[in-house]
Amino acid sequence: MCGIAGLIHKGKQSNVGSQMTSMLQALKHRGPDSTGYAVYSEGKNDEFVMRVKVAEADDMSSGRGIYAELERRVSKIDEILQENGVEVKDKIKATEYALRYVIKFEGDMGRLANHIEEVKGAEILSIGNGLELIKDLGDAKDVSGAYGLNSFHGTHGIGHTRMATESDVDIRSAHPYWAFPYNDVSVVHNGQITNYWIMRRQMENKGHRFTSNCDSELLAVYTAHNLSQGIDLEESLRLSINEIDGVFTYLVATKDQLGMAKDTMAAKPLVLYESDDLIAMASEEVAIRAILPQEIDTYDPYDEEVRVWQA
Amino acid sequence: MASISDSDLKEMTQDERVKALGMTSEQLTGRSMFMEFDADASDRFLYPWAPEVDFNKRIEIDSDQMTSTEVNEEIKKFMDQGYGTIVLKNPRGKHSIGVGILSKLNLIIEGSTGYFGVGLIDGPNVRITGRVGWSCGENMMSGTVLIEKNAGSTFGAAIRGGDLVCRGSVGSRTGIDMKGGTILVGGDTGALSGFMMQRGRMVVCGNAGKNLGDSMYDGTIYVGGEIKSLGVDAVPAELTDLDKNWLTRKLTQYGMVPTKGVNHFQKIVAGKMLWNYDNLEPSEKKLIL
Repeated sequence: MCGIAGLIHKGKQSNVGSQMTSMLQALKHRGPDSTGYAVYSEGKNDEFVMRVKVAEADDMSSGRGIYAELERRVSKIDEILQENGVEVKDKIKATEYALRYVIKFEGDMGRLANHIEEVKGAEILSIGNGLELIKDLGDAKDVSGAYGLNSFHGTHGIGHTRMATESDVDIRSAHPYWAFPYNDVSVVHNGQITNYWIMRRQMENKGHRFTSNCDSELLAVYTAHNLSQGIDLEESLRLSINEIDGVFTYLVATKDQLGMAKDTMAAKPLVLYESDDLIAMASEEVAIRAILPQEIDTYDPYDEEVRVWQA
Repeated sequence: MASISDSDLKEMTQDERVKALGMTSEQLTGRSMFMEFDADASDRFLYPWAPEVDFNKRIEIDSDQMTSTEVNEEIKKFMDQGYGTIVLKNPRGKHSIGVGILSKLNLIIEGSTGYFGVGLIDGPNVRITGRVGWSCGENMMSGTVLIEKNAGSTFGAAIRGGDLVCRGSVGSRTGIDMKGGTILVGGDTGALSGFMMQRGRMVVCGNAGKNLGDSMYDGTIYVGGEIKSLGVDAVPAELTDLDKNWLTRKLTQYGMVPTKGVNHFQKIVAGKMLWNYDNLEPSEKKLIL
């Protein structure tokens, strides 16, 4: 049981960060292990935001040596960026083990990402023009507080509160997953995927990388694979209903779109609210009510339903 | 078939009444008898410890800053004080609102509730002006629940009695495992509705999703719109005058009779082939599944 939530403001920027926090905090009872956000703003076309973690939260308690080790890892990343001719516009340490780079780069982003992940303990959480992907252990208030998300203004976002069922409680298994190496594509998922290992092997044979043992990561890789084949988001969501087994409801966000898909048994919940300027969805109504005090009409999508909204 | 009046029905034994209405044809042994809720006889259904409430005593609760537990305790407290009409404001999607009410009460919820709203109730009349989340009215035993907007999945799961009414559309697996009572849906219903239904009646004025009535043991499903597909062992049956009478009566009660009447409703019952599944030849098993 995890909680997922999504939000789109049509054609305008709004305080997506604090709204997402309210929604996810209302869903805390569905999963207290970790919380994640993928929020989108307009961004600058030639600049990319890259979020990297260089250790797990647990590693920080492994002794004094870890700090020196982290510094070594960060300087290694800086070295790699320099080697690849990346112009670093900004670099912030969001937490002791998570960094946010603003970079200018015109080369092959997938290759750069691969190089950076060669550094021990380094994992790229996201790369994108407008995407800020943040995930950490703790509830929504803890995470948004630590990463200063409440002041974030943007157009849309998705979020997740996780109850770990398929893999460990750590950042690597937390949602949202970035669809490596696709700029700005992220996925959150509620459910269990039963043909995970079969599909994972297929995807690995095609050259895709998995960083965790969490079944939800498959959806991100699967979406990335489809996009690389020229399949659009809506078609990818539709295909997944037949190709992926198990019970799932998942949301995919791109730079200007947000999509949802529900499995063939409609076993996992999602409540939808649609109006002309705002679309909100969440595992439970209580999350939507957390940001909309007025009386509204909501409904459940049916089995095999796929929807895509334009931000 | 000639129509049967209420007084005729009262004269009959339970067995005869069930047969005359053409609803349930077999008795599952060891189960409680199917009973129609009769407003006149409602006193017989009260628990000895149920508080004496007066419907004319009315109070409002603003639940905005309260937890679900606090709301339910507040309702119990006012019922003990004799309040018979309780209006709950600002539920804002809270879960488990109004569960376990085992006596007469008029409960009006102004807004939407989350999961498991008014589950395990026995007796109250509930009206919800918003939408309800998953498993609304789960395991309810008697009373009426009327929802003005849409409902989530597993609406009326394992319901045993009473009327559970949703004017809008409901999610998937409506009336899963229902053991009695009536579910009325004004709009559409999702996949696997009436799954493993054992008794009772479900009326869907709109369309039904795939696998309707899958593995149902008994009971009746009426659908006014299109059925995407029938589940294993669910079969169409003839809509008799008795069915039409009953449908009209029941839908009129809630002002939900479709403009074109009830003659177009399809009736779905159990084929009862699964009852003897273990005794069938492999080729016959294939025919059912």
